Amino acid sequence: MGRYVARRLLQMIPVFIGTTLLIFLMVYSLPGDPVRALWGDRPVDPVALNQLRHEYWFDRPVLLQYWHYISNVFTGNFGTSFVTGRKVTDVIGESFPVTLRLALVAFAIEIVIGLALGLLSGLNRGKIADKFVLGLTLLLISVPVFVLGYIFQTVFGNQLGWVTPTVQDSNDISQLILPGVVLGSLSFAYVARLSRTSIAENMRADYIRTAVAKGLPRRRVIGVHLLRNSLIPVVTFLGTDLGALMGGAIVTEGIFNVHGIGNELYRSINQSDNATVVGIVTVLVIIYLVTSLVVDLLYAALDPRIRYV
Amino acid sequence: MSEALTTETALEDKVATEAAPNPSQDRPRSLWSDAWRDLRRNPVFVVSGLLILLLLVIAAVPSLFTSVDPKFADLAHHYLKPPNYSHIGQADWFGYDGQGRSVYSRVLYGARASIIVGVCTTFGVAVLGALVGMFAGYYGGWLDSLLSRLTDVFFGVPLLLGAIVILNAFTHRTVWSVVVAMVLLGWTQIARVMRGSVITVKQQDFVQAARALGAGTGRILFRHILPNAVAPVIVVSTIALGGYIATEATLSYLGIGLPPSAVSWGNDISSGQTVIRTAPHVLFFPSAMLSITVLAFIMLGDAVRDALDPKLR
Repeated sequence: MGRYVARRLLQMIPVFIGTTLLIFLMVYSLPGDPVRALWGDRPVDPVALNQLRHEYWFDRPVLLQYWHYISNVFTGNFGTSFVTGRKVTDVIGESFPVTLRLALVAFAIEIVIGLALGLLSGLNRGKIADKFVLGLTLLLISVPVFVLGYIFQTVFGNQLGWVTPTVQDSNDISQLILPGVVLGSLSFAYVARLSRTSIAENMRADYIRTAVAKGLPRRRVIGVHLLRNSLIPVVTFLGTDLGALMGGAIVTEGIFNVHGIGNELYRSINQSDNATVVGIVTVLVIIYLVTSLVVDLLYAALDPRIRYV
Repeated sequence: MSEALTTETALEDKVATEAAPNPSQDRPRSLWSDAWRDLRRNPVFVVSGLLILLLLVIAAVPSLFTSVDPKFADLAHHYLKPPNYSHIGQADWFGYDGQGRSVYSRVLYGARASIIVGVCTTFGVAVLGALVGMFAGYYGGWLDSLLSRLTDVFFGVPLLLGAIVILNAFTHRTVWSVVVAMVLLGWTQIARVMRGSVITVKQQDFVQAARALGAGTGRILFRHILPNAVAPVIVVSTIALGGYIATEATLSYLGIGLPPSAVSWGNDISSGQTVIRTAPHVLFFPSAMLSITVLAFIMLGDAVRDALDPKLR
């Protein structure tokens, strides 16, 4: 186990470096000179321009810039945005918890409703409940997030008045429920379908027949024998999904006026605020890598037959 | 899920191989014609297939369905709501947008951008992903490690965020820049599926037999391995197609996909969102068309998966 974790951590290093380098190269190949842009329409002071370029490492080759950047990241320094003049760690520290709360609300909805629907349809394959779940999830998958966001906002926020149409205070979880449902809608449809398939497959497994034949109560057969074995593909999906939810919040945050990472990212891309873009994406990549490691470790907890070598 | 899928098709291949006396001729026919027979009887496939056919016709020749130019603006029609029977026979069934352009005509002409992006992205992703996955799976060793790590690297970049960054680098964006951005970031899933599929197929006897008969690497790869390993790729691609159409609309909606002058559903939804309460039809019709299109492709993908993946029958 320890050796497996160590090897996985070592494997994460090239992926981490590769992904951040890719983002770095993509962002820094964007057209426009961000330092020059600070002057706008005013005449440029060449001395100050060069000094700023030197200060922010813009006069070095891009790979050297990357090295400078990534070695700073390891000491917890994500640099300073020269568009807003704020430290990137401050920007992330401010907007990250908001998005994390939103993503966790979406994640919880996804797990609870997704698994419930999956169980409902997996156990009643071919019956009316199964068809209903399939139809509902198909609908959710095909309606794009931003369309769904506007529909929900108009119907539940403006017409029925159940919730506030936009989020005024992101500390109030009840205000985050509607955006959470919208953000998690696609994923919970996937969770429902994945668990449905998995449950329906495992229902035919020998160990389920044995468990039933032993006379175990139905609740135990389903809760312990069936569910635990059916969860592996669902957990795999959920693991990569937390990171995807945080990255995908860009649209939902725009619609519901949530001041999280997505909003910040959208602003900084449009203003070519490179330091902030790279900083936020780096954090997202770290989250993605850590969650996929956690998923791999969870396999053993779910299925003791899986051994790490 | 993809891993499981791979082994299933491989298993089915194996069954087919054992059943057929002459594998190199009969196996493809048994898998694909079997799938085709299933598909034709599946009402989901028939409905989604007809819907997609209609959408393709609309995308190819929208002028068959309307004679109104989608860019023709008459401010007298500013946010005119449907139905407006004074002009019936013209294209005002869906009302008019803020600049007095016919929503009906715009919805029809907007199909082209979405369909082109969806189909071309899927094609590009499938080709790039299948090639990377095939070489990684077939050669193994250091090439596999290199390509797999490369796949991991690209997999770590979220599609929407990466596409936003790439598209920002284009000063003049067209349908093709959107396709390029999405292909560059989207191929990883296919590569993983294909790699797993090729690894199972390459160990089978007919590959050994082909090699023993003196077939070259190219022939083995493209005549023997590819046709037998490609089924899961087709399944994943068809399901992903609808998602790419939705992503294109999302990018256009965010203002970084197609240029604002382009007639596309994403652009129209983006301009309709501001008037959702006063003129909901401007938002509703392009959204509905977009959803129906995505739905049709996902249903098609579901049907294809059921046909190619006999485990759930």
